[in-house]
Amino acid sequence: MRNVLPVLTVVAAILGIWYLAVGPMNFRLALDAATRGGDTVTPASVAEQGQTGLIRLMLDNPDVIPAAYAFERPRLPQPQHVAVEIYQSTFGLIRRCEWQGWGADSDNWTGLSDGCLRVIENRRSLIFHAWKTLAPTLLGFAIGTGLGILLAVGIVYNRAMDLSVMPWAIASQTIPILAIAPMIIVVMNAMGIQGLLPKSLISSYLSFFPVVVGMVKGLRRPSQMELDLLHTWSASGPQELWKLRLPSSLPYLFASLKIGVAAALVGTIVAELPTGARFGLGARLLSGSYYGQTVQIWAALLVAAICAALLVGAIGAVQRRMLTRMGMAQ
Amino acid sequence: MMAMSHKYPDLSARNLGLAAAVVAIGGVSDWRLGLVLALWLAAWGLNIVLSGTGGSAKRFLVPTIFGITLLVLWQMSVRLFDVSSVILPAPSDIWMTILESVPVLWADFVQTVVKGALTGYVMGAALAVLAAIALDRSRFLQRGLLPVGNFIAALPIVGTAPILVMWFGFGWQSKAAVVVAMVFFPILVNTVAGLKDTEAMQRDLMRTYAASYWQSFFKLRLPAALPFIFNGLKVSTTLALIGAIVAEFFGSPIVGMGFRIKTSFGTLELAMVWAEIAVAAVAGSGFYGMVTLAEKRLTFWHPSQRANR
Repeated sequence: MRNVLPVLTVVAAILGIWYLAVGPMNFRLALDAATRGGDTVTPASVAEQGQTGLIRLMLDNPDVIPAAYAFERPRLPQPQHVAVEIYQSTFGLIRRCEWQGWGADSDNWTGLSDGCLRVIENRRSLIFHAWKTLAPTLLGFAIGTGLGILLAVGIVYNRAMDLSVMPWAIASQTIPILAIAPMIIVVMNAMGIQGLLPKSLISSYLSFFPVVVGMVKGLRRPSQMELDLLHTWSASGPQELWKLRLPSSLPYLFASLKIGVAAALVGTIVAELPTGARFGLGARLLSGSYYGQTVQIWAALLVAAICAALLVGAIGAVQRRMLTRMGMAQ
Repeated sequence: MMAMSHKYPDLSARNLGLAAAVVAIGGVSDWRLGLVLALWLAAWGLNIVLSGTGGSAKRFLVPTIFGITLLVLWQMSVRLFDVSSVILPAPSDIWMTILESVPVLWADFVQTVVKGALTGYVMGAALAVLAAIALDRSRFLQRGLLPVGNFIAALPIVGTAPILVMWFGFGWQSKAAVVVAMVFFPILVNTVAGLKDTEAMQRDLMRTYAASYWQSFFKLRLPAALPFIFNGLKVSTTLALIGAIVAEFFGSPIVGMGFRIKTSFGTLELAMVWAEIAVAAVAGSGFYGMVTLAEKRLTFWHPSQRANR
């Protein structure tokens, strides 16, 4: 709790810098528009303006600065405009929302009128696009984590596997595999695999290796003393795994889950970028960049940030609960 | 057999029988599948035997055999099952492409890795370390910045690529800007954490020497922070390459690894795509290796480095 004030200060500082940067970033665009509109500006010609420094221009033409903030398609939008855009493309889409009661004669089972469901069903809704990105992320994350834990158990219990696979697992972390994510999607489409699975494959690959590396470390954490104790109780291999190794690896598991889920989300978004995906946050980013809709790009970016925060926060909450109950909280 | 299974616990008669059965079943359904399975199990058995024996060479030998086996299996499967080169080219085809197009690959490497990734990496790292030093005197700002920085480090920053390409143009400058944005926060957070990692006893010792703030900073706290800084630097090497390549998907001159991957894909020259991936993998590992080497030189005193000796 003692961090609330400092964090708020830093966030306020970031927003302040953002707001102050809007003017200089959009100034040349605004000045250009003013020149074409026939206003008196110094220097008068566009060519001369191009050769003059930005600070000089701003000092000479203070009247244009408000126009730079009110610019239609800015290079850098104001923070509040992005917030308005996010609202308009989520809850602002609601039309005639009313409670119809259960069992009404419409197709939806919620009891709300169709106007309410526009929030999640409308093609312009950011929640719709966010879900199109989150669903493959979560599926891939689950697959990657499951396989990662299995491989880690195999590595810990099998010396040949440890020596063969582990160096490659560590080396593969240095390869920028994310960069070819879009290509993998297209290849899978060519092979006839579509839907959630191609994107999930990327996010599962990206969350797989952090989990393997973290879990191998975690499963090896019990000391020789603890292992010997289980040995004196003549515990079997599986018992050793379930009662000692897995519980003591949990802090490592959660640490790598947080890294893994963030990587999985980034993977899905990048996978959507140049493949011409129509839905998803990555698709919103791309269409925004094609049509110069900067506000749309920033809105998609912020929603992606909110998704990442929710995912990492959810894992952190489970971690705190679980480790506290097991007496391992730091 | 008893003696042997005692010596190599995993290579018992039962496991050998199981392996033979798997190969036989595979071979009956399709002789090519049987061949692939036989090779895989033979190599795996060799690794089991090798890892059971003593000797220091196995640390290098076993992973190498594993890697080569995967490559051979890839080659065999593509040739035997006649996989179309539009889906997966064979390693030999990729190698031929690499040999044929060295000048193109080199130009792409210079554009993306040297101009984009490396420039951005150096600028981002320098900015982050300087920012951490500037923040060093303010506990208040540090307490606020650490959670925010950790949060931002987990965000999909690569999504800012379209914006930065719009701002800085199609040249390498926009790629360097994406890389700066990607590496800044991981390094900043690690440096701030590292600068706090001195013990009260050590700081008191510096005080008894009447060391000034900057003396104790350069002689005690900055060296003590180096392991943390290198942690951030190592994580950021991969991020830098990813940022530089992905940013090229949004617009680039007609050279660069991201550009080549995108266009070769459009014309279905998959061997070229894989050649670029191989270059990226080598560049990524080399980059990481260089930072690790610098770490070994500069933090030779740290327990994690001494243990390796």
